[in-house]
Amino acid sequence: MLHIKCPHCGMRSQNEFSYGGDATVKRPELGKEISDQDWDNFVYNRKSLRGKHWELWQHLSGCRQWIKVQRDTATHEIFKTLKANEEIS
Amino acid sequence: MTQSFRLESGGFINRDKKISFKFNGKNYFGYEGDTLASALIANGVHLIGRSFKYHRPRGFFGAGVDEPYAIVQLYRNGETEPNIKATEQELFEGLKAKSVNCWPSVNFDVGAINNFLKIFLPAGFYYKTFMWPKSFWYKIYEPFIRRAAGLGTASTKHDKERYEHKYEYCDLLITGSGPSGLASAYSAAKNGAKVILAEDKSRFGGTLLTSEVNIGNQSGKEWADSIISELKEMPNVTVKNRSQVFGYYDHNMLVMSERISDHLPKTKKFHPKQRLWYIRAKEVLISSGSIERPIVFGNNDTPGVMLSSAAKEYLKVYGVLVGKKPLVFTNNDSGYETAIEFKKNGIDPIILDTRKEPQSEIIEEAKNMNINIKNSYVVVAAQGYKKVKSADVAKISDNKEELGSIENIECDCICVSGFWTPTIHLASQSGNKTKFNEDIDAFVPGISKQNEKTLGAANGIYTLEETLKDSFEKGNLLSKKITNNENKISFPNVVEKKSTVHDKFWCVPLPKGKNYKRFLDFQNDVAVSDIEIALKEGYRSIEHVKRYTTLGMATDQGKTSNLNGLQLVSKIENKVVPAVGHTTFRPPYSPVSIGAIVGREVGKHSKPTRKSPMHSWHEKNNAVFVDAGVWLRPRYYKRGEENLFEASKREARNVRTNVGVCDVTTLGKIDIKGPDAAELLNRVYTNAWLKLPVGKARYGVMLREDGIVMDDGTTTRISENHYHMTTTTAQAANVLSHLEYYLQLVWPELNVNVVSTTEQWAGAAIAGPKSREVLKKLFPKSDVSNEGLPFMGYMEADLFGVKAKIFRISFSGELAYEVNVESDNGYFMWEKIIEAGEEFGIQPYGTEALSTLRIEMGHVAGSELDGRTIPYDNSLEGLLSKKKDFIGKRSLSRKAFAAEDRQKIVGVVPLDKKTSIPEGSHLVKDSNAPLPNPKLGYISASCWSVEYDNPFSLAILKDGKNMIGEKLFVMSPLKNKVIPVEIVSSHYVDPKGERVRS
Ligand SMILES: [Zn+2]
Repeated sequence: MLHIKCPHCGMRSQNEFSYGGDATVKRPELGKEISDQDWDNFVYNRKSLRGKHWELWQHLSGCRQWIKVQRDTATHEIFKTLKANEEIS
Repeated sequence: MTQSFRLESGGFINRDKKISFKFNGKNYFGYEGDTLASALIANGVHLIGRSFKYHRPRGFFGAGVDEPYAIVQLYRNGETEPNIKATEQELFEGLKAKSVNCWPSVNFDVGAINNFLKIFLPAGFYYKTFMWPKSFWYKIYEPFIRRAAGLGTASTKHDKERYEHKYEYCDLLITGSGPSGLASAYSAAKNGAKVILAEDKSRFGGTLLTSEVNIGNQSGKEWADSIISELKEMPNVTVKNRSQVFGYYDHNMLVMSERISDHLPKTKKFHPKQRLWYIRAKEVLISSGSIERPIVFGNNDTPGVMLSSAAKEYLKVYGVLVGKKPLVFTNNDSGYETAIEFKKNGIDPIILDTRKEPQSEIIEEAKNMNINIKNSYVVVAAQGYKKVKSADVAKISDNKEELGSIENIECDCICVSGFWTPTIHLASQSGNKTKFNEDIDAFVPGISKQNEKTLGAANGIYTLEETLKDSFEKGNLLSKKITNNENKISFPNVVEKKSTVHDKFWCVPLPKGKNYKRFLDFQNDVAVSDIEIALKEGYRSIEHVKRYTTLGMATDQGKTSNLNGLQLVSKIENKVVPAVGHTTFRPPYSPVSIGAIVGREVGKHSKPTRKSPMHSWHEKNNAVFVDAGVWLRPRYYKRGEENLFEASKREARNVRTNVGVCDVTTLGKIDIKGPDAAELLNRVYTNAWLKLPVGKARYGVMLREDGIVMDDGTTTRISENHYHMTTTTAQAANVLSHLEYYLQLVWPELNVNVVSTTEQWAGAAIAGPKSREVLKKLFPKSDVSNEGLPFMGYMEADLFGVKAKIFRISFSGELAYEVNVESDNGYFMWEKIIEAGEEFGIQPYGTEALSTLRIEMGHVAGSELDGRTIPYDNSLEGLLSKKKDFIGKRSLSRKAFAAEDRQKIVGVVPLDKKTSIPEGSHLVKDSNAPLPNPKLGYISASCWSVEYDNPFSLAILKDGKNMIGEKLFVMSPLKNKVIPVEIVSSHYVDPKGERVRS
């Protein structure tokens, strides 16, 4: 079970969180023309990376905030966590 | 019965307390402090089971967790448990145990015929033997394997015992209370660190219990006892025996199983049987010691052949002799220690040492005691079937390849020592890159991935002084880092006898003309010849060899067999052992009971039960409940002898003709507040929300980004910047997360707050042509006329002193209202509704009638919104705004979603107007078409239409738009039904929707 540092609540066990996928995906702006390919990339196409990966988790049984977590998908090492409004650097 | 193998004195058992027990129906006795194994050996019982494959007789091999043979079925307090190691099970009054793997009895076992057929049962025998013909599998092979094999029988009864889970945090977790565990725990505890010291066995001390050493002028055991009693007094230390740390998981979380009551005849009141600890440790010190490994020789699985360390443990801890004419077969000094213990107790052992001229303090002592030592000697084969009777021994050449002439030595046990294998399981599980240590022919932990360090014998350090020094230091350094506190401990004076190097010899060659089975894996009956075959057949990777031969795959996970298996593969392949590599260690280190893993989450505790505030009313009024997620909802209210079908028909019909009331508390409710609330709704829902007036409700559908319908419900504008959203019962939590996702991550500029209020409100749906009459009586001061409260209207009103919210919305398709009050007033509201409705014939209705009502109206619900349908499929395309963008809109223009013959919801009526249509059935054009019959659609929901008194179903049908009036067939292969049907509109009742507006 992972140990995730919620930027709002501190260190908590994984069972308080739910996983939310790739944090680097940006939703296309509302009402803007977008090609089929770009839309498909947004909805479906994900790189299943091995290694460092920014991903979203929601602290579901805690503060209910969505947070960004930088985790190594192979080793599970967590390097950094950010609040929803903090930019990935 | 006398205990002919028990010494007059000695051991740490309590001789004042006799304990009687039964094994295979016979009565025996032992002493408090015995294990089942030590008590059986004391009674001269050495035959305990049969082996898995060849059903060869099995005795005892070890004295603890590494035991591959002595697995029994245990009976305790009216319960039974399989897969119990007799070497671990402590004796208690009234214990009963039985052999496994034998039928009809351990002494006469039918399966032993496999032993004579062994030539036909080589490596991969399961794969090869039971493959053909295929039709034999279910009727012949599988029952045969099931009867002949297995490690006992699981109980089919409900387990009455209680198991608990516990979460714990600590600075240092130390796994094992041998010298390294005690020393490191002591120095860390003195520095003020929060320490958990876990010991698998009942006694603390590990090898200190059996070794002849002296620490600070105390014996090993005295020193261990004094350290433990001091640790137990310290508030920052938790000391646990009977507690095995069996798994090392991510982020330094380890799991430990504590056997609280297994050693007692019966669990004490309010005590759990076992407790599972989830421990998050800052640092982990692995002090799990090492396990002696065997030397491989002919018939080395015969009862009476055992590890020399086990023989010593039985002697020193339990005062039990494993034999009276022992032969010690060793390649190192450890065997001498065992021989010396025998000699001290008046037994004359013979030592066969594979080494030519070894010299050390221990060997010197054995020589001084006049122990018969034969150098450059090996055991070629054990003789005897159910117990060792003698050993064929021979001199071995210096290159260890040539055997001299065979001599036979009478003996009743063979104590083997092939040197020591560090227990690196936890380190390996943590991700540690282990490395091969040439000096000890075994793997030791290498580079750590997590915060773990390995101490003492588990790290390949086999001298006490070095172990203690290293462990005191590591415990001190790691704890100092955490507590910033240092309390230096003076290092005690250590006296131990020096030993010399071991011989790398591990397998005795076969004598010419002999074909003895030489076993590597004792539980799975994997012999040297099996590995040879696997390699000949082309298996190379050690992981493949393992799976093909089942080497190391038994419940002991190869604790005594892995390294010898690697040695063999490396020898045949002419590679060094590290190049072969070891197989992956996976948790659990040793079997853990399912009960401990499940913990308290059984029965009613497996998930929470949510009840509405009106639950007790439903109970009093004969409601039959159904699980709706974690909610309990009334399915129907039983009157007299009614069944589900009759009751739900009555309830639904009463809604259509009079008025009914349904508990809708379970609906998800989300409170939405903020100046941008309307904008959020406008983006989340597919229809327009910016112009919804205050006091009005609107039906909305929300999509996922991929265009699939996520949920539907009504949202009401309570005031300027305040909305009340309802969701389906099932999607309530997901919708909240969905809104939070967009508000926090995608559109943080929107000034909106959302919060779940599902529990805050109790809800009742009052539905039917007479519902307004009921409302008038409930709210005499409010104008609930069609003008005062029109369809989709909302008002706040006073319910006999209680604040209520009235929504004029309908799921049943009738004139209907939903009344919400604060949860605490739910019961009051419900009683008032029943009271006011009495004169109008009000009846409560359950989920079954609710379904009937919505199905015949063509209202979609969970069975249509199943994560596979888009709005068009559910005839919800009218709700798709063309003027604005919303979540998932872009996906709807994808080719497949816009196809002309896209699936769409339709109604289905059987031509005979009688036959009920099973949900999940398929729709086909031709019921006699050759298989696979092209499927046009599926039945999503079925009911008995109370309006027309015939069966009616909803279906999602290909090109549904153009199929109205078509005749098709419903096929249910599961129920073996073919029903001719007509396709009709999904709006079966009141297609114009006049009733809801009446
Ligand atoms: Zn949090």
